[in-house]
Amino acid sequence: MTGPAFSRRAFLGTACSLAASPLVTPVVFAAAPGETRLVVIILRGGMDGLGVVQPYGDAGLSSLRPSLGRRPGNGIADLDGFFGLADPFADLLPLWKAGELGFVHAVSTPYRNKRSHFDGQDFLENGGNNTDGQLTPARDGWLNRALSRIPGARADTAMAVGQDNLLLLNGDAPTGSWSPTNELSLEDDERRLLSLLYAGDPLFQKALEGAERLSGRTGDAAARETGKTLAQFTAEQLNGPSRIAAFSLGGWDTHKKQQNALLRPAKQLSEALLTLKSGLGRNWDRTAVIAMTEFGRTARENGSGGTDHGTGGAMVLAGGALRGGKVFGNWPGLGETALYQSRDLMPTDDVRRYAAWALAGTMGLDRSSLAEFVFPGVDLGSDPGIMA
Amino acid sequence: MSLAKSTIATIRFGYGFHGAQTPPDGRNGLLDGLDRAARTAPIFKAPSLKDRRSRIDDMIAERKRSGKGEKFQEMRKQMRRDAMRDAAQVVLQRALSPHGFYERLAGFWADHFAISGRNAGQFFTATTFEPEAIRPHLMGHFADMLVAVVRHPVMLNYLDQVSSFGPNSRAGRKRGKGLNENLAREVLELHTLGVDGPYGQRDVRELAELLTGYGVHRGFGAFRFFPQRAEPGPETVLGQSYGGDPAQASHAEDFLQDIAVHEITARHMASKLAIHFVSDQPDAGLVDRLSAVWVQSRGHLPTVYEALLDHPAAWQGPFAKVRQPMDLVAATIRAMGLQKNDLARGGRSSGLRIVRVLRDLGQPLMRPPGPDGWPEEAEAWITPQGLAARLSYAGKVGQLIAKRSDADPRKFAEAALRDALRPETAFAVGGAPDRWEGFALVLASPEFNRR
Repeated sequence: MTGPAFSRRAFLGTACSLAASPLVTPVVFAAAPGETRLVVIILRGGMDGLGVVQPYGDAGLSSLRPSLGRRPGNGIADLDGFFGLADPFADLLPLWKAGELGFVHAVSTPYRNKRSHFDGQDFLENGGNNTDGQLTPARDGWLNRALSRIPGARADTAMAVGQDNLLLLNGDAPTGSWSPTNELSLEDDERRLLSLLYAGDPLFQKALEGAERLSGRTGDAAARETGKTLAQFTAEQLNGPSRIAAFSLGGWDTHKKQQNALLRPAKQLSEALLTLKSGLGRNWDRTAVIAMTEFGRTARENGSGGTDHGTGGAMVLAGGALRGGKVFGNWPGLGETALYQSRDLMPTDDVRRYAAWALAGTMGLDRSSLAEFVFPGVDLGSDPGIMA
Repeated sequence: MSLAKSTIATIRFGYGFHGAQTPPDGRNGLLDGLDRAARTAPIFKAPSLKDRRSRIDDMIAERKRSGKGEKFQEMRKQMRRDAMRDAAQVVLQRALSPHGFYERLAGFWADHFAISGRNAGQFFTATTFEPEAIRPHLMGHFADMLVAVVRHPVMLNYLDQVSSFGPNSRAGRKRGKGLNENLAREVLELHTLGVDGPYGQRDVRELAELLTGYGVHRGFGAFRFFPQRAEPGPETVLGQSYGGDPAQASHAEDFLQDIAVHEITARHMASKLAIHFVSDQPDAGLVDRLSAVWVQSRGHLPTVYEALLDHPAAWQGPFAKVRQPMDLVAATIRAMGLQKNDLARGGRSSGLRIVRVLRDLGQPLMRPPGPDGWPEEAEAWITPQGLAARLSYAGKVGQLIAKRSDADPRKFAEAALRDALRPETAFAVGGAPDRWEGFALVLASPEFNRR
């Protein structure tokens, strides 16, 4: 069935797919953005901040979580004498020691009370200010709005990586999108047939060129999207013309047997961060990674060894451009009256504030752009000091 | 290039040529088709919300009886399978109907009033929305469709109306609950006036108050008006007072009847129709005309459709729009000449796995990105990633066609595109070294991906 001029590879050798279709319209500006990179990872499902970065120094932990709350050496590794990192994330400890991994604890978006994954995720990516989950009128993503304020940004400055439709990067500013499971490698004859086919239709011509260019950077298509393959492709883009990338990792909705349920997402996130570091090489020093989730989980463990949808949670910081080795945030405590609605970790800070300071530190966005446009209504407060 | 009227009628206003169907000759054929379609039962029986609700009830009863045991799991699996089949049948209905324009209009309005099946319950009920709220009103007045949409439980769930309470209502005070503005906002911003329309936050809030009381009986049950949730007193929306005590469901309907024929709604809808059917940058005269006809006919949809078909801009080439993935798959089914018998099990017996194919092409069924529906612009679909997905699809389907039939790809190209076939494509197809590649090139060609 395979012919010499039009091999299966171009059409068939790939499990090609996509879910997002943001506009890709190359726009050329005189200046290029700087050398600092920003990666945003959306952790879908509601990561249990209390389970990942455990406040073992708080006496409340063991009473709220008799089986899930652990002590150093027995399920967690000490970080700073108060917090410990859950063992499924142990591969990340060298990053912590090198000051390239940090956390912000007891943070959330302004979204309250309904605790819906879908609303919570849309809200997290939209970056708005309404506690009821209502999106901003334009329903675009905060990273797209930020991009529109970066001088010299072009269509390939920001990439949405993976099949997932990232609201985070949707909006008026042109962005690119590609999944590492895509592949389009054409042989000369194939290219000739397709250029013939698309002659006279510039939209198709341009898209074909873009697809070939993007596959050229990846080589063979990845079989599946994993933390590793997404990060590999992301690193290649950031070593090339891109400066901003975003992808999502799922699996954090640990209602049951959380001890086991956390293993897979922990591995995905750990591999993603370690792959970014190795793939970025020297550029890792100029990279900030922030990973955020729609909400934290209940302070108490439930009847099936898991946790349910909550409010306050944790944010993950990584990369040489960030100041790691520290758990940021104001710890609210776990006493009955300290909890939000007597059930969730009390959010003492706005996760958007940290994302805003990361944007200021990596992309040079100013205070008014951040507080009025990118994250309308956020209280930026004073510099939390997350940048190295 | 001047195209035959029947080609424009079939491709721009339908899902493309089907070997076993006579294409409409032009304006008159399309209008006849609408009348015939309105009198014909759909090819696939659509699920009703009532059936779905009783299936959900059975599952809840089973869970109460013996927990999430084997029987419950089997019921859940069956529900998922049925939901997938129903979703695929939406595409099959579009593809197989001999009245393509009618189906395209159903698709247009279903996207205008976009809903999304984001969790299992929503996905299972999502396919009841189009047959219950959209299709019965395709040939009626826009106002009636708008009312049906705003009262449909799938929409009331999707846009959070079910959790909106008048802050001063009995239930609101007792339960400490307040307004949810989501549905009210989208009615103004998306469904009627449009985002640039003459309304403000105050109107959104007053409309949200006017809509309080609209709710759903138990989760995914029928529409119900809850007077105890309704905000007392009249509300002023766009300068006009509506309702009063005692609260009734008809108070919000009065508003919907008015807004449906508002001249800004007319303009917004005229522009959306022109953009969807003709061009991303529509002819200003066409938009003006549709808008005027909307106002004159008080939103009588068949009159507006006729005005669209009577305008010269509707019959001018070239095909400027890009077929969205759902249209592309429907057009493929037609080009392959498939019939209902070939497409059992949600199309799977033909080898086309509709649900997966559409996910891979970037348009997962029942999952638009937001209440504003899928993007219209050609540039949103023909991206590097979008084109790579279409090439991959074309290759797989090209192989499938080669396996199913011994047709000549050049004949296939002519039958699928008639006089829309460009010489470049004909030449490339003729030069393909293998049959399946020829089919693939047809499916990947710009003219097969445009309308």
